Amino acid sequence: MHMADALLSPAVGTAFWAGAIGTIGFASRKLKARLDDRKIPLMGVAGAFIFASQMINFTIPGTGSSGHLGGGLILTILLGPHAAFLVMASVLTVQALFFADGGLLALGCNIWNLGVYPCFVAWPLIYKPLAGDGRDRRRILPASVASAVAGLQMGAFSVVLQTLLSGKIALPFGTFLLVMQPIHLAIGAVEGFVTAGVIHYVRAVRPEMLDSVASTRPLAAGISLRNVLAGFIALAVVTGGALTWFASTHPDGLEWSIERISGKGGLPGQEHGIAAAAKRLQEKIAFLPDYGFKPPEGKSRGTEEAPAWPNIDAGTSASGLIGGLLVLAMALGIGWAIRAFRGKRST
Amino acid sequence: MTFEASFSGIGRLDRLSYRDTAVHRLDPRAKVVATMLYVVAVISFPKYEVLSLLPFFLFPVLMAALGDIPAGFIARKVVAVSPFAVFVGMFNPLFDPGTVAIAPGVSVSAGWVSFASILVKFALTISAALLLIATTSFPGICRAFRRLGMPALFVSQLLFLYRYLFVLMEETMRVVRARDLRSFGRRGTGVRVFVRIVATLFLRTVERAERIYGAMLARGFRGEVPSMRREALGPSDAVFVLAAASFFALCRLVPVPETIGRLVRGFTG
Repeated sequence: MHMADALLSPAVGTAFWAGAIGTIGFASRKLKARLDDRKIPLMGVAGAFIFASQMINFTIPGTGSSGHLGGGLILTILLGPHAAFLVMASVLTVQALFFADGGLLALGCNIWNLGVYPCFVAWPLIYKPLAGDGRDRRRILPASVASAVAGLQMGAFSVVLQTLLSGKIALPFGTFLLVMQPIHLAIGAVEGFVTAGVIHYVRAVRPEMLDSVASTRPLAAGISLRNVLAGFIALAVVTGGALTWFASTHPDGLEWSIERISGKGGLPGQEHGIAAAAKRLQEKIAFLPDYGFKPPEGKSRGTEEAPAWPNIDAGTSASGLIGGLLVLAMALGIGWAIRAFRGKRST
Repeated sequence: MTFEASFSGIGRLDRLSYRDTAVHRLDPRAKVVATMLYVVAVISFPKYEVLSLLPFFLFPVLMAALGDIPAGFIARKVVAVSPFAVFVGMFNPLFDPGTVAIAPGVSVSAGWVSFASILVKFALTISAALLLIATTSFPGICRAFRRLGMPALFVSQLLFLYRYLFVLMEETMRVVRARDLRSFGRRGTGVRVFVRIVATLFLRTVERAERIYGAMLARGFRGEVPSMRREALGPSDAVFVLAAASFFALCRLVPVPETIGRLVRGFTG
């Protein structure tokens, strides 16, 4: 669910770039204050591990669809939120450059969607309260499923919001949302199970590694780097080398969901069923009804789209303003939530 | 995409980036800045704009040509890229049924126009990103990020990821290939062989990673990857950025194809 350049408007793209760079700066400063040199190569190997595992699509049981690992949650549990965020941002940067996944302007959005939500929202607000100090192994699975689902739902919602604020597509808000959210529910559940499996493995081999993050202290000097690196590399090799041999040839989750829609063949007459429901939902929740998300009914585009250049429409500047304000509100809200959570925990 | 295809794609892009051409010799900062300006200029076009985008193809074409990058390779990578934009844009013709006259007597659904616009923007932005890496090299881009103010810690994370990525993938590829050569059909692909392969790989890679870390410590590693390269923005970099920026501004502000069309019609009519 990488956001793509072609769907973005410059205002939305640059707003999220600013948000992503701000968060990178924040995480770097936080990390620098208490980083041990050994964690730097560890972060590098962890990035390679996530990278290798993301190249593998696996089949989600029951749907015929396939997903891939986001990785943000695993990293946060193993490395802590600041290091994990930087690793995620670096993985997404490499993907944007070498695979052109999304593109350069969309990189800001992707770092935001796949980095900020799992590391700074889902982990502190959902995983930690549910999993506690990580000593009870039965709490790990529900905690990781819940937080992976929540993180991916926020990410998917964010993709829908960024796309619609950019105003480049005609897909109605409700329909897009009804496609994206359920698909990412399934992907999130699978991600949660995979995360729990990895955490159980790490817990069995290097339990002190989880402890050091749970108490958010740097890794103790006595921990053998070799064993920790070894565990990660083993996982990277297993996922990268082994699972690829039977990697799924099914389309990606999003592609599958769109195939399913278009495969119904009932799209032109959409006055019944899910499209109608989506339309009603959209009419209820569309907070900017005439802003270009949907063409006004019965009005021909042809007449109003006379190629009058320069085409400065209010929608574009409105989207910039709204996008900027939303990012600001989200950033402030997340900061506030983390602070509130910290305050509650320390009392 | 298979593991092998992805890996060879990365490797090829990486090798291309170490060529020595006028484009490769430009300062990485100049190329990063120009590419970002380019992407923003392309993306800033309104939803129903197709024709005015076309002059922007000049930039990737020039970069590929001057940088001696095989255009077919880049084109194949653009097509193979994860098609999120295409799948979402595909719905424009269905949900945007108004009509637009594209020529006298010929009109199409407005949705098709906006879909075409998304496709063109997709091709332009993706090829620009791929050409940036193919002409600049990943470490070069990291240095540019550092000089443009990215935190040092994040830049060294990028460099470490890049280094370990190749160590890990090459090791895996070599072993997988060796196994494939020695196994006929499904023989030799069983669990026991697999476990041995993983164990060997595991030991080899850990040892290598530790050697790298030890070597780094021995060479005075203090948490940051230093670069001996002294890069100074030269006149050619300034000319490149200025020329690129003014070209983008011109194409953005003047509908070049339309103007050319009018001129041509003025001459002929």
